[in-house]
Amino acid sequence: MPDRRVVVTGTGVITAIGHNTDQFWNNIINGQSGIGPYEAVDSTLVRFQNGAEVKGYDPTAYFDQKELDLMDRFAQFALIAAKEAVKQSGMDCAIDNGTKTAVICGTSIGGVVSQEKTYTDLYRDNKTRVHPLSIPRTMPNSAASNISMHFGITGPVYTISTACASSNHAIGNAFWLIRSGICDRALAGGSETPFTYTFLKSWEAIRVVAHDTCRPFSKNRQGMILGEGGGMLAMETLESAQARGATILAEIVGFGMSSDASHITKPDQVGAERAIRLALEDGKVPPGEVDYINAHGTGTQVNDSMEIGAIKNVFGAHAQQVSVSSTKSMHGHILGGTSAVEAVATVMATLNNILPPTANYQEPDPECDLDIVPNVSRSKKIRYALSNSFAFGGLNAVLAFKKWEGS
Amino acid sequence: MSSEVFDRIKDLIVTKKGVDAEKVNIDSSFEELGLDSLDAVELVADMEEIFNVNIPNTDLQNFKTIRQAVEGLQKAISL
Repeated sequence: MPDRRVVVTGTGVITAIGHNTDQFWNNIINGQSGIGPYEAVDSTLVRFQNGAEVKGYDPTAYFDQKELDLMDRFAQFALIAAKEAVKQSGMDCAIDNGTKTAVICGTSIGGVVSQEKTYTDLYRDNKTRVHPLSIPRTMPNSAASNISMHFGITGPVYTISTACASSNHAIGNAFWLIRSGICDRALAGGSETPFTYTFLKSWEAIRVVAHDTCRPFSKNRQGMILGEGGGMLAMETLESAQARGATILAEIVGFGMSSDASHITKPDQVGAERAIRLALEDGKVPPGEVDYINAHGTGTQVNDSMEIGAIKNVFGAHAQQVSVSSTKSMHGHILGGTSAVEAVATVMATLNNILPPTANYQEPDPECDLDIVPNVSRSKKIRYALSNSFAFGGLNAVLAFKKWEGS
Repeated sequence: MSSEVFDRIKDLIVTKKGVDAEKVNIDSSFEELGLDSLDAVELVADMEEIFNVNIPNTDLQNFKTIRQAVEGLQKAISL
């Protein structure tokens, strides 16, 4: 069977800068950052005080009590994003009894909000029993399972945990399942909810979180800012989308992955370059037609200069023509969910021919001397766009999107 | 220069990181001792615990030698 083409027909997000795609995209094109003091944890006990929390979230507006009993906050965010993506797409996930539909979710840490509750119940409050649904709430596959149950999806349903590349691996796997004919459609993305005391203290200890804000590619950048949220793409074959007259938002054309096999936290430029090249080769993407890269762009000194170096090596002289921005400057680093949210931003960028900005940018860095779209979005015709993810553990995943031009 | 701060960090480098004691001098860089940024983060965390101080990330990122770490810790201790 020849490779089938795969298109995105729906997007969903819930983040600090919007509870749906419209709000999210509107804030992105206005360069509006969602970073500020976090409230879920007593910040006087932590050395950094800022994060990108989903504010004004009322779970009862989305779910009844029975559903909420089953789902940790991270699973709720994944299901909210999936519902939005399916609604926009109009796809029937349960066609063929749901057997040809996949759900692949990324998460780095799973249901840690529920896990934290069991710890505090036992160790702090000296209770002798915990919530009876602590296990189904905490298990990292619960987001994928709840999406599967909600939509009647009975095909391949699984979870990928590759730290900050989880969602790109999830979307890339779904893309390959559809392209190869194993599935006809998929919901793929991810979610994360890292605002717990133990988790924030763990990030404090490893010394990569900024005390001010996230300033990717800026010389005075201090590090990353944690964010929470979820993102999801509704994906299907081009044939299926056209047969039902769906609106096509973008085409997914390539996926590349690699492992550094070097250091557990320090990224290796060779591995990053290899993942980018593999995504280009997989999608038969002419490098000279890549107009935008949604960067991994964490805002750490080490990542950002490494990433710009990798882009320069892969694209050569064309690197000067590629616009590279980090939307983490606005929605924060959502860890296992971050590349799903960034995939939504990338789809919207290609759809609208608008470059998302790198917010909070202050000082040019000679090591990051490409067009990083400082602070203000702008129009640019985007033919192809990449979305990079380079995770702790040295795991890299890159997606290639193509603007949908009607054929 | 506090010899106590140096002695404690040298002891940690020798006992926890397995570096030969005679190699650890005040002007050794972490790199020449075979220690990377995560090792430095661990060592400084231990020193913070011992001396009950906080070293800011921005200071820690500049610690390339034992002397810089000792001076940074000494500054925090004297505050």
